[in-house]
Amino acid sequence: MPTVYVNDTPVEIGTRKLNCVQAAELGGVLVPHYCYHPGLTVVASCRMCLVEMGELKDGKVTMQPKVFPGCQTPVKDGTVIVTGEYDKRKPAPALPYDPAYKPGERAKKSQADTLEGLLLNHPLDCPVCDKAGECKLQDYSYQFGRTESRLVDEKNQPPNKPDLSSKITLFTDRCILCTRCVRFTREVSGTGELQVVGRGHHEEIDVFPGFPLENKLSGNVVDLCPVGALGSKDFLYTQRVWYLKTTDNVCGNCATGCSTHTDTNKDIVYRLRARENHDAQGYWMCDEGRWGYHHTHSPDRITRPLAKGADGVLRPTPWQQLQVRRQFEDAVYVTARRAVVVLSPNLTVEEAYALGTAFKKLNKELRLALGPVPVVGEDDHYPKNVRGEYVPPAKFTIRAEKCPNRLGVEAVLTKLQGEVIRFADVVREDLNALWFAGGYRDPEFVNAALPQGWKAPAHLLVQDLFHSKLTAAATVVLPATTAFEKDGTFVNHAGLAQSFPRAVKSGPEVRGELQIAFDLAGRKGLATVAAVRKDLANDLPQFAALAELKQPTASKKVELATV
Amino acid sequence: MGFEPTLLARINKPNSAKLEGYRADGGYAAFEKALKDKQPLDVVTQVKDSGLRGRGGAGFPTGLKWTFLPKDHPGPIYLCINADESEPCTYNNRILMEKDPHQVLEGIMLSCYAIKSNRAYFYIRYEYGDAYRTLQAAIDECYAAGLLGKNIFGKGFDLDIFLHRGAGAYICGEETGLIESLEGKRAWPRIKPPFPAIEGAFRKPTIVNNVETMACVTQIMRRGIDWFKSMGVPPDPKNPRDAGSYGPKLYTLAGHVEKPICVEVPMGITCRDLVEKHGGGVWKGRKAKSVNPGGLSMGFLDCNAPLKGEDGKTEYDIPLDFNGPGKVGCLGLGTAAVTVIDDQTSMVDVLHNVCQFFSHESCGQCTPCREGTGWMLKITDRLRRGQGRTEDLDVLVDVADRIGIIPGTTICGLSDGAGWPVKTAIRKFRKEFEDAIRDGSKSKYARPLAMAGAH
Repeated sequence: MPTVYVNDTPVEIGTRKLNCVQAAELGGVLVPHYCYHPGLTVVASCRMCLVEMGELKDGKVTMQPKVFPGCQTPVKDGTVIVTGEYDKRKPAPALPYDPAYKPGERAKKSQADTLEGLLLNHPLDCPVCDKAGECKLQDYSYQFGRTESRLVDEKNQPPNKPDLSSKITLFTDRCILCTRCVRFTREVSGTGELQVVGRGHHEEIDVFPGFPLENKLSGNVVDLCPVGALGSKDFLYTQRVWYLKTTDNVCGNCATGCSTHTDTNKDIVYRLRARENHDAQGYWMCDEGRWGYHHTHSPDRITRPLAKGADGVLRPTPWQQLQVRRQFEDAVYVTARRAVVVLSPNLTVEEAYALGTAFKKLNKELRLALGPVPVVGEDDHYPKNVRGEYVPPAKFTIRAEKCPNRLGVEAVLTKLQGEVIRFADVVREDLNALWFAGGYRDPEFVNAALPQGWKAPAHLLVQDLFHSKLTAAATVVLPATTAFEKDGTFVNHAGLAQSFPRAVKSGPEVRGELQIAFDLAGRKGLATVAAVRKDLANDLPQFAALAELKQPTASKKVELATV
Repeated sequence: MGFEPTLLARINKPNSAKLEGYRADGGYAAFEKALKDKQPLDVVTQVKDSGLRGRGGAGFPTGLKWTFLPKDHPGPIYLCINADESEPCTYNNRILMEKDPHQVLEGIMLSCYAIKSNRAYFYIRYEYGDAYRTLQAAIDECYAAGLLGKNIFGKGFDLDIFLHRGAGAYICGEETGLIESLEGKRAWPRIKPPFPAIEGAFRKPTIVNNVETMACVTQIMRRGIDWFKSMGVPPDPKNPRDAGSYGPKLYTLAGHVEKPICVEVPMGITCRDLVEKHGGGVWKGRKAKSVNPGGLSMGFLDCNAPLKGEDGKTEYDIPLDFNGPGKVGCLGLGTAAVTVIDDQTSMVDVLHNVCQFFSHESCGQCTPCREGTGWMLKITDRLRRGQGRTEDLDVLVDVADRIGIIPGTTICGLSDGAGWPVKTAIRKFRKEFEDAIRDGSKSKYARPLAMAGAH
C-alpha cells in the first residue's frame, strides 16, 4: 500500500492521486493555503503551503534542500512531508533523518515569511472588516505568523472598488492576490470578468471598465475570498460572524438542491454559503439561491391564519376558532370526488407523506395532486464562453425547475395513490373543496398556474407564504413555512435525497405543515420528522435510510420509483 | 591578440543584414549541408558534443535541453526564440539581430531541423523596433529565396518563422512567461513541471532558446566542434556538475567605462581585462568600486576585495565564465552584461535603482516576490532619503535571502535576481551602508516614491 509520511506519521494514500496538502490532511495535519482550492486549477502562487519534502528509500530519508508548494507537488509512495508544525506533530516514531537536518525549520520560517509579506500591504482594519472571525489571514497569522511586523514604511493604499458589481464590492487594500476569484470567473462561470491589473506590489483585482462582475454565479467569489477583500453587499455590515450560527441546509430555490451553510442569528437568516457536496452540486451555488432567502423575512408574508367572514373579507382568526379539520371534513363529506388536496413540490418528503396519509385517512377517495411546478426558462449550464454559450462539461447548473422536491413529492403520491395527478388537470374541474399546501416563495408561481376564468371552489383552504390570486379566493388562509423553518428531506433533480435541520424558528402563530398533518390525522405527540420517518421507511423503502439518521444533515442517493 | 571574432565577424560590413551579403560569406551553406547530408539527430549530437551552453542567462546545455523533447512526438513541436532582452545593460542580442539577422535565422533553421519543428516563434521585445524591422526583412528575404516555407531545398522540410513583438515586460524573458505572453495571456510564469519541453506553447513540446545561442549553433554547424571547444574554459575537475564554458561569448560593457561596447571574446576573460583592454578603463580616470558581472540580477563584485588564495588578485580578476562569478557570491554569468560602478557612486543609490527595477518588473504572482521586491524598494528609498536604520540592512538581507527558486519560495527566477544584488551589495559594502545610515546623508537623486498606481 503506497504510504506517505506526514510529520513522521505514515498515511496510506491508496491509489489516489494527491498533492501534499491533501495527503497531509489525510494525516490530520493542516497545510495552510490561500490560492489552492480543489475546485480550481493550481497556480501555486500564494506560497503559504510551503513544506519540506524528501523520500524514504531503502531505510534512508533524503530531504530536498529547498521548500516546495504543497498544493502543486504530488506525493507518491515513500514521500516524506515535513510541515512547519513538525514540533506539534502527533507522536510517531521519528524517521531516520540526517542528524544535521532540522525538521520543519525551513518550512516554518518560509510560512512566517509569506505571512509577513502578505501583511506588509494589508491594512490592520480587522475591527471594521466583515471577514474578521472567519478570515484565513487572521487564522493563519495567529497560527503560523510572527507577532510583530518589521515594516516601518507606509503601506500601499489602493482605492476600494465598490462598484465591482451591483452585488459585490472589493476592498482592494485587503486583497492578497490569491486570484481564486479570477480563476473562478475564468474556469467555472467562464464569464471571465475579473482580472489582475498592474504589476508587482501595485497589483489589483479589477474588472474591465463597463463590464462589471455580473453573472449568475458571481456570489461564489465572496465565498472563495480567503480574506475580507470581496464582500457581498447583501451581508456587508449586518452581522459579526462570531454571532452567527451555522446550519447545514439545502437550498430550496431550484431542483439542483445545492448543499448550503445557512448563517443565522436570533432566528434571522443573514447569509447563505455553498457547502461542498459532490453528490449534489460540488463546491458552488448560484446567486439566485445565495441571495434568494429574503422571502423568509419578507414583511408581506402570511404570518397568521386568516378566515373569510360572512362579508367576504379575510380576517386574522385564532387557530382554535378555525376548526380546519372539521371544515374540510364537511366539504369532503358532500362528495369526495369533487375534493382535491394539492401537495406542492416545495414540501419536504416527510410533510408530503404526513399530509398525504392524513388526508387519505380522512377519506380514501380524496385525490392528491402535485402542486404547480414552476419552470422558468431552461436549465442554465456553466461554464460559458465569451459569447455566453455553454461549453461542456458542466461545472454547475441552475435548473429551470424552481422548486426543490418534485421527485420526492411524486414518490409519495405514487405510493399513496398509484399515480401523480397534475395540478393543471384538476384545477379546471368543477371542484367543491380544495386544500392547497403551497409554500411558494413567489406568488407569481401560483398565479401563473391558475387558468383564465378560474372559478374558486366553495371550500378553498390555502396554506402558503404569500398572498396570491388563490389566497384572495380562499375561505381559509394558513401560514406556511420556508425550507429554513423546518426539518425534512428534499429529493433533487437527480434523485439525491438530502435531509436537513431547521435553521430558524417560524413565527409564533405559524403551525408547520407537519403539525397540521398531525392535527388532521388526530395524531398525538410531538410533530417531529423522526416520528414520520419511521412510517415513511415502512411505506417507501427507498427512504428507509432516513429513519436511521443520527446527524440532522445527510445526503443519500435514493432510487425512486419511476413515475 | 590573435582572436578573430566569428559571431560579430560581419557586423561592420556594408549591407551585413542582407541575404546576398550573408550568402557571399558562406551563409546558409551549413543549413543546406545539414538538410542534405545529416539526420536531425546528428545536428543534436553535434550541438550537444560542442558543449554549447545557453547564452540567455542560466547557461543550461543547449543540446541537452533538446533531448528532453518527447521521443517520436507526432508534433507539432515549437521553437521559441527569446529575444526579450530586458536585463539592464544587456544588448548583445540586439547587435546580432540588427547587424547580422541571417546568422541568427540560420541557427533557428538548423535548430528546428534538429528538433523536428516546423514552426519557430521569434519573441522580440517591443522596444527593439530596428531589430524587428531588420529581422522581418530578413525573414521575407528567406521566404523569397526558398529558405523558409514548404519543402526547403527539396528535402521535404517545412519551416515557418513568426516574428512576435512583445509589449515591454521583463518577465516575458522568463521562458514560460514568454510562452504565456506568446499565447496572448498575461506573462505569468508557469509552474513547473511540466517543463516546456514536455508541454509548452499551445500545450505542445517547446524549446526556448536565446538569440546568441542560435548564432552559436550556426557557427558550430559551420566550423565544427573542435573550433568551438578550442575556446573557453574546460570543466572544473573538482566540480562534477560543471559542464565547462566553451566557445566565444559576446560581452557587453556598460556603466562607468570609457567605451561602452559589445565585444566578442573567448569565454573566461577576466573582468579586469574586459574593462581595461576592451572598455578603455573606468571613465574619467576613476577607479572601479564594484562591477556587476552579468546583468543586474547576478549581484555585485567588490573590486577591492581580495580573492582567497590568490595573491594580489581581487574579485575584479575573476574569470567571466559560467562558474567564475559564482565563486565570489554572484548568481552566475547571466547575460554577460558587465556594468562598472565607479568609486564615486553611492551603493545606496545603485541598490535603490536595482530595487526599483525589480519591484517594477515583478509579475506579482508569488507573494514572496511581489511583496518582497516592493518592501525592499521602500526600505532602500528610505535609506537614500537619509532615514535608514541599521536593522534595515538585516531586513534587506533576510528578504533577499528568502525569495527565489533557490530557497523554493517562488515560481520563477526573477526574485532570485531581485534578491542577489541586494544581498551581495549589503554583504560586500556593508560599511558604506552603515556609514550612510549613521550620517543620515540624503542622496542627491532622492525623489518621492510613487505609492500607488498601476505599474
